[in-house]
Amino acid sequence: MNFEYSDEQQQLADSLGKYLASQYDFEKRKAIINSASGVSDTAWATFAEMGLTAIAVPEADGGFGGGAVDLMAAMEACGQALVVEPLLDNIGLAGRLVAKAGSDAQRAALLPGLVDGSIQLAYAGLEPGRRYALAPETTTARSSAEGWVLDGAKCVVFGAASAHRLIVSARTADGVSLFLVDPKAAGVTLNPSRTVDGQRVADVTLAGVQLAADALLGPQGGALPAIEEATDFATALLCAEAIGAMQYANEATLEYLKTRKQFGAPIGTNQVLQHRMVEMVIFTEQARSMATLAASKVDTCTDARERARAVSAAKVKIADAARQVSQEAVQLHGGMGMTEELKISHTFRRLTMIAQRFGDADHHLERFASLT
Amino acid sequence: MDLSYSPEEEAFRQEVRSWLAGNLPADIRDKVVGYQHLSKDDFIRWHKILAAKGWSVPHWPVETGGTGWNITQRYIYDEEFGLAGAPGLPPFGPAMCASVLHKFGTPEQQARFLPRIREGDDFWVQGYSEPGAGSDLAGLKCRADRQGDQYVVNGQKIWTTLGHYGDWIFCLVRTDSSSPKRQEGISFLLIDMKTPGITVRPLILMDGGHEVNEIFFDDVKVPIENLVFEEGKGWTVAKYLLGHERMGSGNVGGSKRELAALRTLAARELKNGKPLLEDPRFRDRLSRTEIELEALEITSMRFLDKMRRSGQPPGADVSMLKIRGSELQQAITELMMQAVGPMAQPFKAVDGGAIDHFTSRLAPRYMNMRKTSIYAGSNEIQRNIIAKMSLGL
Repeated sequence: MNFEYSDEQQQLADSLGKYLASQYDFEKRKAIINSASGVSDTAWATFAEMGLTAIAVPEADGGFGGGAVDLMAAMEACGQALVVEPLLDNIGLAGRLVAKAGSDAQRAALLPGLVDGSIQLAYAGLEPGRRYALAPETTTARSSAEGWVLDGAKCVVFGAASAHRLIVSARTADGVSLFLVDPKAAGVTLNPSRTVDGQRVADVTLAGVQLAADALLGPQGGALPAIEEATDFATALLCAEAIGAMQYANEATLEYLKTRKQFGAPIGTNQVLQHRMVEMVIFTEQARSMATLAASKVDTCTDARERARAVSAAKVKIADAARQVSQEAVQLHGGMGMTEELKISHTFRRLTMIAQRFGDADHHLERFASLT
Repeated sequence: MDLSYSPEEEAFRQEVRSWLAGNLPADIRDKVVGYQHLSKDDFIRWHKILAAKGWSVPHWPVETGGTGWNITQRYIYDEEFGLAGAPGLPPFGPAMCASVLHKFGTPEQQARFLPRIREGDDFWVQGYSEPGAGSDLAGLKCRADRQGDQYVVNGQKIWTTLGHYGDWIFCLVRTDSSSPKRQEGISFLLIDMKTPGITVRPLILMDGGHEVNEIFFDDVKVPIENLVFEEGKGWTVAKYLLGHERMGSGNVGGSKRELAALRTLAARELKNGKPLLEDPRFRDRLSRTEIELEALEITSMRFLDKMRRSGQPPGADVSMLKIRGSELQQAITELMMQAVGPMAQPFKAVDGGAIDHFTSRLAPRYMNMRKTSIYAGSNEIQRNIIAKMSLGL
């Protein structure tokens, strides 16, 4: 039993934290969000330089062959700083799919670029009106003389605008399949937007998109297990990111309780506020335990059912804690907590969106129960 | 990062588990699993079995009878007890009084009391709370006046758990009322319950059980050699005891066993012809409780790991486990009671009737478990501790 981060894991988180504190503070983050692309190329290059993009990539493909546990502390740092670049989407989701399902040629074409920061990927999985369903229904791929023809629509694709390749899930005659799609290809339309917590997403329309035969990623008709695995992996990373955001919310709120004075005394001298602060801390500790469990299970579980059960249990706890901590942080900050000016309101936004991403508490409660 | 137990720890778990399987008396196990109160004889019988194995006081120093286990082994031991339905020994003697005697007792006191605590010869109870001194313990008024070579004790204690089983009671008493600070002038006394002038009066709780008592002291004469540490320094002793509450107050093992039992129960109960377990409303509440327990277990392990590394007592972390552990125990008993629906209502057979021994205990158990967020430092006091010690508020 050992709950400490290794020296490497801690060092990575420390240097990332140091970089984010100096080069990604609240004001600089605001400038990034308001820039044309909404993301920072410099930040991305730095993430790659630090090795963040390499950690989860297999050694054979130029990475470090690590897992979610190796990324936990770094994801926490990203959560603290409310990073808006699609790091999780690249290393946790799209990169994972290529690494797990890709052919030798596909891995060789994409992963070294993912590692060195020159290539970005985006996973287009969700479909309008179908909530968190992982298996595509309305996006279809039929085989043609040249290869495949894709039709359908995907929604809320994180990092689509900066991606060199989209990984699109589609229904083929024999099941669920994945395809590598050039976002500039004819028939692909991106409808970009900014999320409520400052990230860039796009809805993607696919109208008769012609693909070569080698665009198929992974087994034809049998890609669902890989999608489930990658989503669980990314969910574990998201849980770690949530811990960082909650940690920030707690620190900022505690500081506020100690410095904000009313009736001639710091408001933190009121027991009713002390107890609410304590609850925030307990929620965060329990959430941290479950985030640790999720990261550990996605790394070590050979049984998909056991892995999925642990990730869902964690996501329920993280969703509940994210809601509790963010709501209380704003309440204890009073009116100031409502304003754009304070980072706490931005942390509220991120935690609120994290609570829902990859499935909210109800979604994962149901999945947990079905697997127990 | 590694969440698994080592092969040695797993082997230890197996050792405890198989020993319990062979040595825990079935009637005692049935009472624990069936939520019945244990008699004094049950406790002593079980204590003697553990003592014969050398396991009655694992956490003591090896010289006085401890096992030399590390904190992880002790945690595993506690968890296996919970899983097996083995009652933990009441903490008042082996955990609390003994801990004080090891730290503050004279060699004579240690030689006189510790072996008998270890062997289960004396049943100890705790005399702390008073009608006017609950969470605010320093407000205690029970007084001990020095007269020659003895103290004369007058006053009252309350909420004395298993006080009616007690052979001995350790008490916080006021030996000096003139001190400007209320924490001063308090002393720690060991009192033989057979001494004339002691009256034990039951306080029956809403589950119908006799568990706690009021104890009245009327000119009770206590020899001065029963004073522990210095006269007037009892608060130091009391604080030490609070700081050394054991890990494991989360009761993870017992809660695991109960949740498994709840699953079985909910699979048997039918709602609209289908198992209650498949009812989305019930299932959601059960799932949330299961997830909370999983989180509590890992949090316990994390704190354990931290303690092992730092060599420091757990501090305010234990308060967190106490809060969530007690809430969880309460949630489980509530679900358990609700799972059996109307069958939770019959409580006692009358006029030669017969009732189900298990389902009739579920509502009383639910009621009894309300105590867990009140006793051993109410959950509000625990939040005060965290606010002060961890958060600096």
